[in-house]
Amino acid sequence: MGVRVLKSGIMTTVQDLGRTGYQSQGFSVSGVMDVRSFKIANLLLDNPENEAVIEFTLMGPTLEFTSETIIAITGGDFQPHVNGNPVKMYTAIYMKKGDILSFKGCRSGSRGYIAFSSYLDIPVVMGSRSTNLKCGIGGFKGRRLMDGDLIMFRIKRRYLPYFLSRSLDLDEFSSDEVTLRVVMGPQKSKFTKEGIETFLNSEYTVTSEFDRMGCRLEGPFIAYKDTSDIISDGIAFGAVQVPSHGKPIILLADRQTTGGYAKIANVISVDIPKLAQCRTDQKIRFKQVTVDAAQKLMLKEEKEFSSFREKIYTPCKEVLECRLVAKRIGKLFADK
Amino acid sequence: MKKAKILTAGDSALLIEFEQKIAPEINAQITAFVHLLKEQHIEGVTDLIPAFASLLINYDPRVIGYKDLKARIEELLKIEVSEEASEARVFEIPVCYGGEYGPDIANIAENAGLSEQEVIDIHCSKDYLIYMLGFLPGFVYLGGLDERIHTPRLANPRISIPAGSVGIAASQTGIYPLNSPGGWQLLGMTPVKTYDPERETPILVEAGDYIRFVPVTEEEFLKIKKQVDDGTYEYVVHRKGE
Repeated sequence: MGVRVLKSGIMTTVQDLGRTGYQSQGFSVSGVMDVRSFKIANLLLDNPENEAVIEFTLMGPTLEFTSETIIAITGGDFQPHVNGNPVKMYTAIYMKKGDILSFKGCRSGSRGYIAFSSYLDIPVVMGSRSTNLKCGIGGFKGRRLMDGDLIMFRIKRRYLPYFLSRSLDLDEFSSDEVTLRVVMGPQKSKFTKEGIETFLNSEYTVTSEFDRMGCRLEGPFIAYKDTSDIISDGIAFGAVQVPSHGKPIILLADRQTTGGYAKIANVISVDIPKLAQCRTDQKIRFKQVTVDAAQKLMLKEEKEFSSFREKIYTPCKEVLECRLVAKRIGKLFADK
Repeated sequence: MKKAKILTAGDSALLIEFEQKIAPEINAQITAFVHLLKEQHIEGVTDLIPAFASLLINYDPRVIGYKDLKARIEELLKIEVSEEASEARVFEIPVCYGGEYGPDIANIAENAGLSEQEVIDIHCSKDYLIYMLGFLPGFVYLGGLDERIHTPRLANPRISIPAGSVGIAASQTGIYPLNSPGGWQLLGMTPVKTYDPERETPILVEAGDYIRFVPVTEEEFLKIKKQVDDGTYEYVVHRKGE
């Protein structure tokens, strides 16, 4: 009763929203890189908001289902197939025992998410099922998934109402233009006026040094006053630090808890998924917003999620048409 | 009112910058403030990262917005709290110095112009304040290393340093909580686990506590190591000033 990894891909891990509350002891948060895609995957299955999923990067895994369940795939478009037939992303998919889920090439984005209605049987370590690769804790045996791994489910099956409505028509990551909105950072005063202007008005390029810990960008030198070194302080998700080489590094899910480079800005929460789905050579621009605006955007996204929930709780067209027919028949009887 | 600035660190964290220097009195202010803040149980605050001279507060803006949280913090910063020195805990960390346990002790001694025994005596002569934890789980940033034994990092870092290694890097001394690459000069090893994911409390210490290195013989080292492995070892903890 579970899912077997036939081919694991490049970097496939079990993640949830991460291990918070232990950063003061030096534990990275870990967790999903693209929180939006993660939430939508769970939402499609009525899963709890923080239910663990499988996150994969650049290459999808091949999975064999050893029992029935319902899954939803979100994030970048990796062209999912079940038993060789294409299936839709952002849609609840019923998987029978023995079905095989595989992916073709990645058409957009760089990370995918698979949520399971039967919940992955992964032990909770310090409040989270996320894999912390550096410490080897959490997730599946504290490591990325490998060929042959078998992850069990916690429950047998769940009934999902409105099964046919559980589909969202979303195309999230096919745009060529990526603008990341930022709130200026705690050490912006370490940079010269010109440095900040360079940062906000230049195009930067995602390099191949991009993993769950962070993303290094190439582009114009960001000038700082005397030094970009600071007395080490805590690092937030999406912090943009600039070491003495003058190029930004954006710190992500597996970031270390503290660091000693000045942080010029912080990518706002709703835009971190856009970065998480970038690939090498993607061009990026930054745009300054206020904290207030950023927080309003978070609340707006919550409302958007509510509208998604409403949508999947509306009987789909096929079902409605059925009712129309029933109505007509009812009318015939009423006339007599 | 403390000299503290509240700064934004994105839309889900704010940074309180205390006076920007590495000093025990600044760190004590932060430790006291962390205790005060924890007692408030402010809804929406998700995680705290105290550091040398700052405190990062992670929060959920869907629960509490920046302006409201900032106002709460400003009020709290006005409260004078003095952390009683006697409240701080001192953890004894047994260390077997030199030999295969501390392969760089000769370097450290030579760099300092002292004998190996003098290096050991200096290293375990005082209690070290834990300014912060970071980098790795349970990695302690300790202050107050005697200037005579400051030693530069290895020019060529080791690929793997075993957990429990006690080392020196410039003006810092510390303990490796897990196997990790690193360039610290190693002078000894402790048999106790500063980080143990299997333990109910994986990490024993917190910022504001002290560490006291206690030299042990190889025989004692092995005995303690066995107790640690069996789960029978009892950590020695004092109150500061005892």
